[in-house]
This record gives sequence, structure tokens and C-alpha cells, in this order.
Amino acid sequence: MTPAGDFRTSYRADTTIFPTRNSRIALWLGLALLCAAPLALGRYELGLLVNIGIMGIAALGLNILVGFTGQISIGHAAFFGFGAFASAWLHDAAHIPVALCIPLAGVMTAAVGLVFGAPAARLKGLYLAIATLAAQFILEDFFARAQWFTGGVAGRITEPFEILGWRADREESFFYVVLAWVVIMFVGAANLMRTRDGRALVAVRDHYLSAEIMGINLAYYRTLSFGIASFYAGVAGALYAHYLLFVSVEAFNILLSIQFLGMVIIGGLGSVSGSLMGAAFMVLLPEVVQAGADALAGGAIDRALRLGASISFLREMAIGAVIILFLIFEPDGLARRWRLIKAYWKLYPYSH
Amino acid sequence: MAAEPILAAAHVSLRFGGVRALTDVSFHVNPGEVFSIIGPNGAGKTSMVNCISGRYRPTEGRVLFDGRDITHLRPSRRAGLGIGRTFQNLALFGHMTVLDNIMVGRHHLLRHGFATGMLYWLGGAQREELAHRREVEEIIDFLEIQHVRKAVAGTLPYGLRKRVELARAIALKPKLILLDEPMAGMNLEEKEDMARYILDLNEEWGMTVLMIEHDMGVVMDISHRVMVLDFGRKIAEGTPEHVMADEHVRRAYLGQADEAVAEDAAEAAAP
Ligand SMILES: Nc1ncnc2c1ncn2[C@@H]1O[C@H](COP(=O)(O)OP(=O)(O)OP(=O)(O)O)[C@@H](O)[C@H]1O
Ligand SMILES: [Mg+2]
Repeated sequence: MTPAGDFRTSYRADTTIFPTRNSRIALWLGLALLCAAPLALGRYELGLLVNIGIMGIAALGLNILVGFTGQISIGHAAFFGFGAFASAWLHDAAHIPVALCIPLAGVMTAAVGLVFGAPAARLKGLYLAIATLAAQFILEDFFARAQWFTGGVAGRITEPFEILGWRADREESFFYVVLAWVVIMFVGAANLMRTRDGRALVAVRDHYLSAEIMGINLAYYRTLSFGIASFYAGVAGALYAHYLLFVSVEAFNILLSIQFLGMVIIGGLGSVSGSLMGAAFMVLLPEVVQAGADALAGGAIDRALRLGASISFLREMAIGAVIILFLIFEPDGLARRWRLIKAYWKLYPYSH
Repeated sequence: MAAEPILAAAHVSLRFGGVRALTDVSFHVNPGEVFSIIGPNGAGKTSMVNCISGRYRPTEGRVLFDGRDITHLRPSRRAGLGIGRTFQNLALFGHMTVLDNIMVGRHHLLRHGFATGMLYWLGGAQREELAHRREVEEIIDFLEIQHVRKAVAGTLPYGLRKRVELARAIALKPKLILLDEPMAGMNLEEKEDMARYILDLNEEWGMTVLMIEHDMGVVMDISHRVMVLDFGRKIAEGTPEHVMADEHVRRAYLGQADEAVAEDAAEAAAP
């Protein structure tokens, strides 16, 4: 929805990602603010932003698969993990600079994703869900066995990001690495969605029979979607590895896969920007729950319910409850709520 | 009959278990023709179109397009050959905008895949998109749907959705366009518009049209030749006048041998 009087004068202006002048101003302002963030924020807050960025990239990948193509995956965390190990391994085994390892890990993960995505050409719905669940377990098993790749149960130390002598081994510096990747990956996805293959993915989701009549090869696009989703997961995993400087198998279990699904649902299925909102929500929710528990700590409620001991349990419950509430009351996710708010202000004070 | 037929069906039979949807149907469509298939409900008209577009594979017989055997060709490969179609029950991409729906029709004409698509400005994807957008706008102007081009397809009223589906099929640049009941459920005015579009497509845009339609008035008006199916069999074929005069057609399809055949049929077929 665009305000009256905001006419497009060329097809070029009509196909931009950020259609209105105000949205473009907001975008550049937001980016400038983010660039200045390390000057103003502490390491803890920057760490949260880094996490949001990394999870956002992975969630966007899953959204391309689930939201845009209409498939399902409950093995996304395994691909995220594969990217993390792949990047660390590439650096150690082939002495490739970390800056290059990250995209290469994405490509390797995409290749693995294509293999595990192949059943998607034939399976749908519940059957596909089970196939991706199998991928999760097979990869987890591989992580546990392939000591050369993952370091086994001991885990694997990773090297920090470094480019032209600039080391990004602290929140203040790694923040910029993640910010750059977030911009690249989100712009890439937005571009994808306004060109041939992105439209083909959505067409397959919306009506696969007529997509086929339009010349769209269903098997190709269903598999491709897995490849792209895995590429995003792999890059995000690699960033994660070089942020924590240590990776181990346990982190990439099915719970994380479910959390990725939660981000996509809460952010909004089929929304590029929603993926980031969903990730932010999921990263910040535990903080909010924690803050709430801290506020109650020592009080009568705490003593009565013994919150202190069960805080992690409460956190999981809160996340579960939020997902269910979103499914019921806001099935289109935060992205839609955001659009409604913007529309409201655009017409303010005449919005009725 | 000058040129070789653009489409030919040879002894096509189609069975679903015990149901014989088509039995030994042969016909051909010449380049530049408007060819209509008529017949009562369940006669096998849609099944025939599905065999041509690749949705169904004939149990027996062959389908030839431009002299090439396409009986076993994947449906997605047929767009590239020049076959476009619309569906009897709307089959738009409901969550996409009208514009994107039509741009999907360009799929087989676009060259930039996901990699260069993501880079957009680098590598020419943008240039390609804009060039095709210009052509798509011509189709939008032709079908007079400018006012809804940014609307989400699934929210449009029925008549407009039918038109968007036609636009999407035209965007394919097909040599042969298959229209499955393009006027079903439309009011008189919408039907007249649609008939005009189909005639323009045929005469100005040079497309061969194969159409299924129940409205006898329209069929008589705009088709060059008509084929009549009944219980999966071809019972007549020829010019509209010839077919309407046919004794079998009157009995089987119209259920009576009345003088005012066409009018009655139009009434009976109106939904
Ligand atoms: N996928 C299918 N499975 C089983 N039977 C089918 C299938 N498709 C069509 N049929 C049967 O084949 C016969 C012909 O159906 P078809 O849809 O081709 O008729 P039609 O002439 O298009 O009818 P209408 O005017 O109602 O659209 C019907 O008896 C129908 O039930
Ligand atoms: Mg039919």
C-alpha cells in the first residue's frame, strides 16, 4: 500500500525493494545507526545483535524453503551445524582465509542440502517432514563420528575472522562482519524474489499444477529450494563458528531446528524482512523472560513457585506458548503486523 | 487446407480405471484457427485438453504438436514449444500480485536464474526483468487490467481472475492457446469482452486458439471449426453450421431435435 500521490514514473522505480522515499530514508538511517552501534552499546548487547544477525540469516534460508516454496524442513539446524564445521575444517585443512571459508562453507552446505533435498522432488507434507528429520539425525550422527571434520565430542576450536590484518575477534569488530553478511544475504533474497527463479518458487507453492504448465520444472525448483536454504544455513553456521571460536556437536540438535521454524512462523512465512524480526524475537524472548524472573527473584512469588530453579524450563515454555499464540492470533507473523502499523501511520490522522 | 496442422490428436484414448474419459478421438487444428470443443458435462473435453497440455498421458494414441510427437513430453517442457492454457477452475497463484502472476508466464523466456537473479544489478537480471515488464504491460493494456496490476490475485472478483489467467497464458507467447471454458460464470457483458479478446488474440496476435465453451452463441460466432464430444467419443466435427445441423449432435448433445437448437442449447448450458 502506497500513499496517494506517490506515483511511479518508470518500471525501474516500480520494481525497487523499498518502494517509498520514506522507507529508503528509514533504511539508510537504520544502517547508519547500526554502523555506529559498537560505539554506543556494550559487548553484551552487541552479542545479542550478532546473534540476531546470524539466526536471521539462517531463518531467512528456512523461510525461502518453508515460506516461499511451501515445503517443510525439521533439519535446518543440522545444515547450520554443517556450515559451522565446514568453515572451521576448510581453514585448518586447506589454510584458506576465514573470510573465504564462510562463503565456501555455504557452498559446501548447499551441496549437502541438494543431496538431502532430492527426496523433496517426490515427497510432500508429512513424508517430506520425516525425510528432513532423517537428514537431521544422519548429519548429527555424522558429526559425532567424523572426528576429522568436527573434532568429535571434544568439539573444534575455530580461528577468528581476519581480513587484511584486521581481526574481528571481539563483539565490537565481529558485529561488522555479521552486519555485512546480513545486508548481502537479505538483499540477495529480496532480489531473488523479484526475478525468475524466486517467482518460480512461489508459483510452485501457490499452485504447482499451473506452475508446471507455465514451464516450471517442479522437481528442479523443489530441490533448488533446499540448496538455497542450505546455503543460507551454511553461511550462518560459519559465522556462528567464527564468532564463538569453538563449535561442538550438541549445539545443532533438533531443538534448534524447531527454533528456526519458530522464527520463521513468528516473523512471517514468506516474508524476507520478517525472518529477521522472527530471529530478533526468538533471541530477545529469553532475555525478557530472564529479566522478568530477575525482577521477581527473592519476592514472594519466587519463593512460592521456586522460579530460580526452573527458569530454563520457563523459557522453553514461554517460547512454546508464544509460537502457539502466534499461530492462533497472528498467523501472518510480525511482518504483517509491521505493515499494518506502517499503513496506520501513513494515513494518520485519517485512518479509519 | 494449406499448412500442416499445428496440433493433431491421433486415436487418443484415456481411461481412469473403469471410466473411459476418451475413446479413440482423432482431430487436428490448423494454424490460425479458432477451434472449439463442445459437448455435455463429463463428455471428456477437459480430459482432451489435459492430454494436450500434459496433465494427463493418453492411455492410447498420440498427440502431435508442430509435427512433433509430444505424447510423453513433460508438461513443463510444452510451454517452451509454444503451448499455453487456462483452466476451467481458476488456477492463479493466489498470493502473488497480478503482475507477478503474469511474469511467471514469461518463465521460459527469461534467462537469468537464481545466482544472477540475486545479484540483480550486476549481470543483467534487472535489464531482462524490465524488458519483459514492458511486454507484459502491453498484455495488461490489451486485457484492460491496469487498475489491478498490483493487487493480490486471490482477492480479485471472478471475472477479473479469469482475465488475469488469460493474461498469464498470453505472456508465454504461445503459438497455440488452450482455453477451458473462458466464459463460464460470466455475465453477458464480460462474455462479450472475452469473445473480443479471443478474436483479437487470433487475428491480431496470430495465435491459434483451441477453446472449450458451453455458450453456443459464442461458439457459433467465433469458431472456424467445432468438434463435438459425447461420452468420450467424437460424434461430429466441422463448421459450426455443419455441426449444428448434424442429426447425432441434436440427439446426443442437445437431447432434442428442435428448430431453435442453438438458442435452447445456450440456455441449457448457462450455469
Ligand atoms: N483425474 C480423474 N480421475 C478419474 N476420473 C476422471 C478424472 N478426470 C476426469 N475424469 C472423468 O472423465 C470424464 C470426463 O471428464 P472431463 O472433465 O474431461 O469432462 P468435461 O467434458 O470437461 O466436463 P465439464 O463440461 O463438466 O467440464 C468424467 O466422467 C470424469 O469423471
Ligand atoms: Mg471440463
